[in-house]
Amino acid sequence: MASITARPGELPGEFPEEGHVSYLNWSHTLRSWLLTVDHKRIAVLYLVSITFTFALGAVAIGLVRLELTQPNGLFLENDTYNKMFSMHGILMVFFFLVPSIPATLGNFLLPIMVGARDLAFPRLNLLSWYLYIIGALMAIGAMLFGGVDTGWTFYTPYSSIYSNTNVTVTILAVFLGGFSSIATGINFIVTTHKMRAPGLTWFRLPLFVWAMYATSIIMVLGTPVVAITLSLIVVERVLHIGIFDPALGGDPVLFQHMFWFYSHPAVYIMILPGMGVISELIACFSRKRIFGYSFVAFSSLAIAIIGFFVWGHHLFVTSQSMYAGMVFSILSFLVAIPSAIKVFNWTATIYKGRVWLASPMLYALGFIGLFLIGGLTGLFLATLGTDVHLHDTYFVIAHFHYVMVGGAIMAYLGGVHFWWPKITGRLYPEGWAKLAAGITFIGFNLTFFPQFVVGYLGNPRRYHIYPEEFQVWHILSSAGASVLAVGYTIPLIYLLWSLKYGERSGPNPWGAAGLEWTTDSPPISHNFHEQPVVTWEAYPYNPEVEEFEAQQDREAFQAYLGGIQPAVEEEAALDTQGPHASPAAQPHHAPPTDEDEDL
Amino acid sequence: MSSEAAEVPRFRPREADEDLGVQYEDMEQQNESYIVGMWTFLVTEIMFFGALFLAYLTYRTLYPSVFMAAHYELDVKLGAINTVVLLTSSFSMAIAVWAAQTKNRAIEIGGLIFTMICACAFLVIKGFEWAAKFEHRLVPGPLYAWPPHGYAGPVVPGNETQMFFCLYFAMTGLHALHVIIGLLVMIVLLVLILKDSPLVRYYMPVEMTGLYWHFVDVVWIFLFPLYYLIPSH
Repeated sequence: MASITARPGELPGEFPEEGHVSYLNWSHTLRSWLLTVDHKRIAVLYLVSITFTFALGAVAIGLVRLELTQPNGLFLENDTYNKMFSMHGILMVFFFLVPSIPATLGNFLLPIMVGARDLAFPRLNLLSWYLYIIGALMAIGAMLFGGVDTGWTFYTPYSSIYSNTNVTVTILAVFLGGFSSIATGINFIVTTHKMRAPGLTWFRLPLFVWAMYATSIIMVLGTPVVAITLSLIVVERVLHIGIFDPALGGDPVLFQHMFWFYSHPAVYIMILPGMGVISELIACFSRKRIFGYSFVAFSSLAIAIIGFFVWGHHLFVTSQSMYAGMVFSILSFLVAIPSAIKVFNWTATIYKGRVWLASPMLYALGFIGLFLIGGLTGLFLATLGTDVHLHDTYFVIAHFHYVMVGGAIMAYLGGVHFWWPKITGRLYPEGWAKLAAGITFIGFNLTFFPQFVVGYLGNPRRYHIYPEEFQVWHILSSAGASVLAVGYTIPLIYLLWSLKYGERSGPNPWGAAGLEWTTDSPPISHNFHEQPVVTWEAYPYNPEVEEFEAQQDREAFQAYLGGIQPAVEEEAALDTQGPHASPAAQPHHAPPTDEDEDL
Repeated sequence: MSSEAAEVPRFRPREADEDLGVQYEDMEQQNESYIVGMWTFLVTEIMFFGALFLAYLTYRTLYPSVFMAAHYELDVKLGAINTVVLLTSSFSMAIAVWAAQTKNRAIEIGGLIFTMICACAFLVIKGFEWAAKFEHRLVPGPLYAWPPHGYAGPVVPGNETQMFFCLYFAMTGLHALHVIIGLLVMIVLLVLILKDSPLVRYYMPVEMTGLYWHFVDVVWIFLFPLYYLIPSH
């Protein structure tokens, strides 16, 4: 399969030679990786780590889906089955989805997109990775040595009083992972406020940065609440301080309120970064600036804020009052509005754009369709009467997998593909990528659409044994899961292959606009040779219709590219993180010629 | 606007400002970043304690008479002394921060030491309070007993009073943990200052510790009235 070919308008520049020094190769020692404070290296460390936890979570659910092909069970005991779906949920939510885009793409791109050399607190960044690793290892250890069977939701009083499994160790692991999140959130907030390059006002920022900022607000406000809530379970198990114990007048539903106060905003932590990625992909592959930029930017903040007021929709069938239920229901409908605003703006961006169906764009288009379905089915669940029927059925599972897998994971894969040449300096085989995107899309729908049906028909979630009439839907779903597994394995193979055998990439293989595409691929340790001064609005693409301001932005961006001239002597003094390459090896951006239509 | 090469801002080479992190352009940016970062962390701490305050609020609303009865077992005098101790320690901490900013080493060290003494005093008094609870078998768990010996207040269900003490120990325990952490940080700071370490050559570490300490104090200001000063009607 052919690799990515150059498109008209790709920025000319010298392709890096073998001797090009970057953040990846200035030192190969283990110490330089494990004690790095470079946000790009930390992003790569996270990328590798979360791939492992994703694989483990996937194996767990693979066993579950295999088990569910038979209505009366196949080879798992009841307890083991419970531990498998709990392991899947805990690993996927806390140790894959919550860190995924923020800790990998966010860590890598945020400083570069704001024109800085690193995050505000690089050592805190490294600490956040170590907290993640220790937490993940503890959780995996707890799974391997006995497991947890409470589900990822840890409802009391089962988790606090009756369960005999490794609840305490798992919760402590999640607690550490939570602090990893908080550290990342603090870092991103301070970086966005304080480290933007000259000229880079808030409304010139890429929408990915807005999405990271909104996500960080949620991380900072929500995670401590779940940290303390889960700690109370540990405290009850170990010290008999029974905050949720009915025997002491405690209320198990209070746990649910406190748990979902974080866990609902947590799902916005999982989707908002994906939406940020999609904005970048849609803009680049439609060759157009995002329609309604300020609406999309504000909608990220709106989702973050309104998302804190809807947690009660997880408690419609509990002792929560009907009146509270009505309030939470209407607020849940309201939180769908900013999401819809984004979808409308993306669609308006694609309309009359010059669409390039590259593999990241395929993931982005898949996201829009699947997120639409997931979001709409969320509204069914937000409707009080319907939820009484659908609560705790497979309908709920299908809903959140449509948004988290069809949405967030497709955005994650699209982003990894899009920025792969920037992160690694290599191109991946585009044909295989397109194939994998298609297989993933088909496999995903085959896995989860039957779950809508079987949930509506009444099949409860988390059940090991189910009525025989539902078997055909479960078999379809399990078959889909195997296709989805293939769809995820193919990129793993060719992306790893590309690290050694992929064609080397220039600075901007996609012809995209954005500060990250003006840096080397892969970037030097300090990202930029000179501090950028930004005088253009976001997404300075060549518009279809000549607009005066867009024309100015495009010219300003081109002038910036033409003006990048690394000064030899100063660079040697500046690059304290690693040896500096000779100037001949640095790509020099010549100004685009007249034949270039883009940029 | 960047047509003249001389006008193009370059990343400032590191020269005399060794206290400046590589990622920052100037000291002002670094200082502001640290302050914003510390305040953001304190917001997370507010949410951390806030969850427990929510649990307290819920149960006090559900069992007002129980909370009122159970709180008689708390020693208001010791609690008030602790409040004064913490407020004084906040004051001495503020003095230490001012001294750090004006590079007055002696007062900085004195302020820090006085704050640490107050922190220790707080923990000692808290220890006495908790020891009294252990004596009266008011610690949640299998050994809990209500009413305690010599109790003369209103009759209330014993199991629900245990909930009061669950919250009491959880919240004062979490607060004491934060006092201990603050104390440890101050010990590290003091050692670094006494060894004239370059890490504390400039005032920001002390200022950030000061912010944290004031937060710890404010949490106690909320805890004290909620637990010790429940009004009887």
